Amino acid sequence: MTQPLLRMTGIAKRFPGVLALDNVDFEVAPGEIHALLGENGAGKSTLLKILAGAQSADAGEIIFAGQPVTPATPHDAQKLGIVTIYQEFTLAPNMTIAENVFLGREPGLGPFVNWRKMAAQTNAATRQLGLELKPTSVVRTLAVAEQQLVEIARALSMDSRLIVMDEPTSALSSAEVSKLFSILRNLRARGLSIVFVTHRIEEVIELCDTFTVLRDGKQVGGGAVRDTTIEQIIRRMVGREVSALLAHRESAAPGDVALKVEGLTRRGNTQDQNATVLDNVSFEVRRGEVLGLAGLIGAGRTELARAIFGADAFDHGRVTVDGEPVAIRTPQDAIRCGIGLVPEDRKQQALFLSLAVRANLSMAAHDLISRWHFFIDDRAERRLVEGFRESLNIRMASQEQIVENLSGGNQQKVVLARWLALRPKILIVDEPTRGIDIGAKVEVHNLLFELANAGIAIVAISSELSEILAISDRIVAMREGRVTGEVARKDASEELLMGMMALSTKAA
Amino acid sequence: MTDANRSAQAERPATDWFGLLARFAPLIFLIVLMAGFAIGEPRFLSPFNLLNVMRQVSVYGLLAIGMTFVILTAGIDLSIGSMIAFCGLVAAAVAKGGIVNRFAVGSGAEALGYGWQLAALAAIGVGMTCGFLQGFAITRLKVPPFVVTLGGMSAFRGAALLFSEGGPISGFDQSYVWWGQGKIGDVPVPVIIFIAAAIVAHVALRFTRYGRQVYAVGGNPEAARLSGLNVRRVVLSVYVITGFFAGLGAFVLSARLNSSEAVAGTGYELTVIASVVIGGTSLFGGVGTIFGTVVGTVLIGVLLNGLVLLNVSPYIQQIIIGVIIVLAVAFDTFAKSRRRTA
Repeated sequence: MTQPLLRMTGIAKRFPGVLALDNVDFEVAPGEIHALLGENGAGKSTLLKILAGAQSADAGEIIFAGQPVTPATPHDAQKLGIVTIYQEFTLAPNMTIAENVFLGREPGLGPFVNWRKMAAQTNAATRQLGLELKPTSVVRTLAVAEQQLVEIARALSMDSRLIVMDEPTSALSSAEVSKLFSILRNLRARGLSIVFVTHRIEEVIELCDTFTVLRDGKQVGGGAVRDTTIEQIIRRMVGREVSALLAHRESAAPGDVALKVEGLTRRGNTQDQNATVLDNVSFEVRRGEVLGLAGLIGAGRTELARAIFGADAFDHGRVTVDGEPVAIRTPQDAIRCGIGLVPEDRKQQALFLSLAVRANLSMAAHDLISRWHFFIDDRAERRLVEGFRESLNIRMASQEQIVENLSGGNQQKVVLARWLALRPKILIVDEPTRGIDIGAKVEVHNLLFELANAGIAIVAISSELSEILAISDRIVAMREGRVTGEVARKDASEELLMGMMALSTKAA
Repeated sequence: MTDANRSAQAERPATDWFGLLARFAPLIFLIVLMAGFAIGEPRFLSPFNLLNVMRQVSVYGLLAIGMTFVILTAGIDLSIGSMIAFCGLVAAAVAKGGIVNRFAVGSGAEALGYGWQLAALAAIGVGMTCGFLQGFAITRLKVPPFVVTLGGMSAFRGAALLFSEGGPISGFDQSYVWWGQGKIGDVPVPVIIFIAAAIVAHVALRFTRYGRQVYAVGGNPEAARLSGLNVRRVVLSVYVITGFFAGLGAFVLSARLNSSEAVAGTGYELTVIASVVIGGTSLFGGVGTIFGTVVGTVLIGVLLNGLVLLNVSPYIQQIIIGVIIVLAVAFDTFAKSRRRTA
């Protein structure tokens, strides 16, 4: 066997409260396409950031082309010949292709740029990739797939030896994917190595030579792709015991349908006006039921929640609450219909970090604590907050404490309490336990169970399969904006869900 | 450190001396400044001079109260100086008996006028309309507040010049002038108006649903929207509020000077924004109080008054105000970054 191009050994990285990488080994041979696999949060991004010089490892060794290296900045890594292409492109959208390819490395004399030389070299790089565009085209006007090729052209022009691509296919159509694959095979034939991160396991089988699987920050498998199967890879990715800490709830017989969504469709996101965000999504939730929405990042679960709640507009579809068709255009409409949303990003979308716990908790409930619909009734507000402090066990120094100073779990309880104060019929929780410790997590789960027992219909979104399996009575899986399967909890397993979430509808 | 330790600490934070200092910094600075001036010039502390300072700052103070609402939503209003001129001219014209008679002078002219009540209403109405137009452009046309009100600054000044044909409108009846020059006991009327407005604004921000919404929209507009607040309505309303205070301030100013002119209020926006920011209201939105704004306003007034008493050149005064604004914002940015890393 030849000398590997890249060998990372014993890599460890600790973040406050979590061991993101635990003694990980990772090896890439010259001229191969290596798949890096794992669930959300398995440690892939951290490993890539260390390789790209964006973060430093706490322990471990990196040997690149036979030399020990410690890239301290992305620039260091690029000089070594390691280029990372992130999911969110790092192109300057208002500049031309040539300017982007040579950004920071413009050919020329002193402060003057030799535009003709720059254009010629850009042309050479883009031609290799079959990108027939003028070097003077402005990047913003290009399609996503073309922008990606510009990123690759930039990598090639830096004489890279290792190109790391983080989920390069997630925003591409199938035709664009096969074009990208043929380009990557060409690069491999020229001796470049590629690290390929993807959630689509069938792509690994189609394109890659070798693979590495991470789970909970540990390297749990790897080898040659031709010696393995899709099923084996999935088992490696999810193969942990479901945490014993997470209790199940005895599902009661669910009541009437509380929320029914039919044919919800939304096109266009910020990057691409023609992208499909939600494609004909239909589901229903009954009173007293917890419905889990499973899916990988970008599957459209958050978009679905926001569309139902009136936070984003959608193109077609019907929403029915308690059998009555409703037109929800703003969050206010949704609140009037008895729907609450605990959003995905607590700090950006839910909390008023500079305000007191009290003001945060009562923000949606002013109707309940006002006098003459004008003044805030101080005593009523205190009573409301005090009630939730006790029932949800929110630990705070006082009601006047600034919410930013609470722990993540207590912050999340404040957000939950904000909605519970309104006694909603339907509560949508998006990643309800992200970034909070295990004790608070169990408390939040138990709270969701209590709410379901009290007859509230709950839609829970989580990227952790173990959490989805622990809290849901029924699970709907999504991928690329479509519902790809539905299963009762008693029939569900992580393998089954991963199959529905990660394989294309044809293969599933 | 164990997790238990860490969470215990998060729940019961030690007394935040820095936070406490940051909160009362403007007041401490004001007291130190007053003590300094009192030592340098004993006349400074006389009741007459102190009331004079208050009278000088009262128009600035009215504008600063309105500006506090805007800055709490992370907005800005640069047009207030121009609104002062325009609204003041409108009030003056009404007091004179309408556009046709607006330049009338002499004892015969007083008989034509519509009285101070209508003049004040007209000034406030025009101010609120100007504010509404700007708020509409900000919330519906999605133009940043800085740009909209920069446009307003130019447009309202132009309107004032057009309206006045370049000259002043002067000479009102006694009941009008009382609002600027009169006294109740020893206290000048403008000071009473300023303090009353501050109390109302304080109650509005601290004790009403609307006040909560202003802080919420400034603190995190997306979270406010997802909590069911009507963010656009709140943002629109704060510009109407500055318009209201610009109208009221314009009326008081014209009464005090017994005259309105198109160049009135030039540069007021800078002094007013400085007062609000020095008073601890964050330009990033969501943090600030009316009490702080009152302290900031008085602080600027004291500074200018003291510098005059000490015979410091007015040019240097402008330099000092400029430096203080930058320092106050630097302090705010520093406090914010410290909060984040804490």
